[in-house]
Amino acid sequence: MIEEIITSGRMNPGIDPVLHAWGWEIPLYLFLGGISAGLLFFAALLSIQGKAKKYPVSVMWMPLAVPVLIGIGLLALLFDLSHKLYFWQLYTNIRWESPMSWGAWTLLFITPLSIAWILRWLPDMFPKLDLKYQLIYDLIDVLKKYEKSMAYGLIALATTLGMYTGILLSAFNARPFWNTSILGPLFLISGLSAAAALTAYFAKSHEEKKHFIKIDLFLIVTEFFLIVHLFMGLLASTAVHIEAAHMFLGGSYTVPFWVLVVAMGLILPGGLELMELRKKFIPAIVPVVLIVMGNLMLRFIVVSAGQASRWLY
Amino acid sequence: MRYAMAIDTIRCVGCNDCVVACQTENNVPIGYCRDWIVEVTTGTYPQLAMEIRSERCNHCEDAPCVRTCPTEASHKVEGGIVLVDEDECIGCKACITSCPYDARYVHPEGYVDKCTFCFHRVELGQKPSCVSVCPTHAMIFGDIDDPNSEISKTIARRKWKTLIPEAGTKPKVYYLT
Ligand code: SF4
Ligand code: SF4
Repeated sequence: MIEEIITSGRMNPGIDPVLHAWGWEIPLYLFLGGISAGLLFFAALLSIQGKAKKYPVSVMWMPLAVPVLIGIGLLALLFDLSHKLYFWQLYTNIRWESPMSWGAWTLLFITPLSIAWILRWLPDMFPKLDLKYQLIYDLIDVLKKYEKSMAYGLIALATTLGMYTGILLSAFNARPFWNTSILGPLFLISGLSAAAALTAYFAKSHEEKKHFIKIDLFLIVTEFFLIVHLFMGLLASTAVHIEAAHMFLGGSYTVPFWVLVVAMGLILPGGLELMELRKKFIPAIVPVVLIVMGNLMLRFIVVSAGQASRWLY
Repeated sequence: MRYAMAIDTIRCVGCNDCVVACQTENNVPIGYCRDWIVEVTTGTYPQLAMEIRSERCNHCEDAPCVRTCPTEASHKVEGGIVLVDEDECIGCKACITSCPYDARYVHPEGYVDKCTFCFHRVELGQKPSCVSVCPTHAMIFGDIDDPNSEISKTIARRKWKTLIPEAGTKPKVYYLT
C-alpha cells in the first residue's frame, strides 16, 4: 500500500484535488476548429478538381459558416485565458515547440483566407447582388485568378488546423491519456467527418448528397480504427498509459465514451447513412445531429480524461 | 552553472516552515502555495515506512512548461531557473497541463505563478527563503556544476532520487533518502 498525504494542505484552485485547468472552452474551441478545417478542406479540394459546379454547396456555401465558427471558437479560447488583456502576446512570438503558438498563427492566416474564399464565390452564389464598388469587383477578379493557389493554401492550413486540434493535447507528456500521437489524425478525421455530414445534409442535389455520405462513411470507419489504435497503443505502453486506458475500459469514462461517442456518434449514424444510401427513408437530420454531437462529446471527454490521468509517484 | 536543491527526507520533520516562509517571502496569495509537504506511507500495518518530502517546482532541465508556452512567458534564466514573466503570460494554462508535478497555479490576478527558487534572493547571493528557514537544515541549495559546492558533495556522497524521472523532464530537486 502507498498512501500519499499532502499535509501542508496544498489546495491550489484548479489543480487540487484533480487538475481542471481547462473547462468547456477548450473542447468547444477544438470542436469548432475541427469542423472549420473540414469544411475548408473539402471546398478547396473540390475546387482544385474543377468540381465547383457539381458540388456547389461544399465549394461555395458551406465555407460561409467558417468565419462564424472560427469566431465563436476564438471567443471561447479568449474566455478561457485567465490573463485576457495580454492575449496579443500570442502574436509577438512564434514558438514552434508550442502547439498553442502555431495553432494561433494558423488561425491568423486561415481566417482571412476563408473570407477571401467566400468573397471569390460571392457573385456565383448571389448573381443579383450589387456590390456597389468597382474596387470589390476588381478584387474578386484577382481572387478568381488566384483561386488554385488559394485552394492549395487552404488545404495546407486546414490540414494543419485539423491536426493541431489533437496535437495540442498530445504534446503534453505530463497527462498520459493525451500523450499519444493518434490524437492528431483522430481529431482531423473526426472534424472532416462532421464537415462531410453537414455538407451532405445541406446539399441540394442528390448527387452531392450521395457523394458526401459516401465520404462520411469512409471517414467514420477510419475514425473507428483510429480509436481502436489509440487504445492498443496505450495498452502496449507504460503503467501510467495502461492506467489511463483503463479509465475507458471499466473506469469512469467507459459509459460516456463508448455510448455517446462510439455507439451514438459513429456506429448508429454510420448505419443510418448506409440506409440512406440504400434509399431507405431516414430523416436526414438524425445522422448529422448524432455525428456532430459525437464529435463534440469526443472533445469534451478527451480533454477531461487527459486532465484526470497522471503520473504516479 | 546549474542551480539545484537537495532535500533530506530523513531530516525533514514536516513542520511546514518552508511553506510558510515561501508564502511570506513571495507574497503568495492566501489559499495558494508554491511549495508543500507530502507524507508518504508505504507498507501494511504494522510494517510501515514513512517519507516526508517538501515539494516544489523542480526547475526541470528539459522543462515541458517552457516548451509548450506559446508566448515565451515561461522561460529559463541564469542557472536554469524556470520563471514566468507576468506581463507575457496570457493565462492559457498550457504550462499547467504540461507539468507532471502540478507545480503551477493560476494567480488570482490571472497570470501563472510557481516557485522561482527565490531568484530575487539568489541573484543577491542569498539562499532561497525555504532553505534559509528550515530548522533541521534539511535543504541544500547550490550549483551542481561546481564540484566543490555543498550540494555537489552531498549528492555525490548520499543516495538520492528525483520524482518521476521517467517523465523525462530531468528534474533538479534531489531527494536524499
Ligand atoms: S516542475 Fe513543472 S513547472 Fe517546474 S520546471 Fe518542471 S515542468 Fe516546469
Ligand atoms: S499560462 Fe502563461 S506561462 Fe503558462 S503557457 Fe500560457 S502563456 Fe505561458
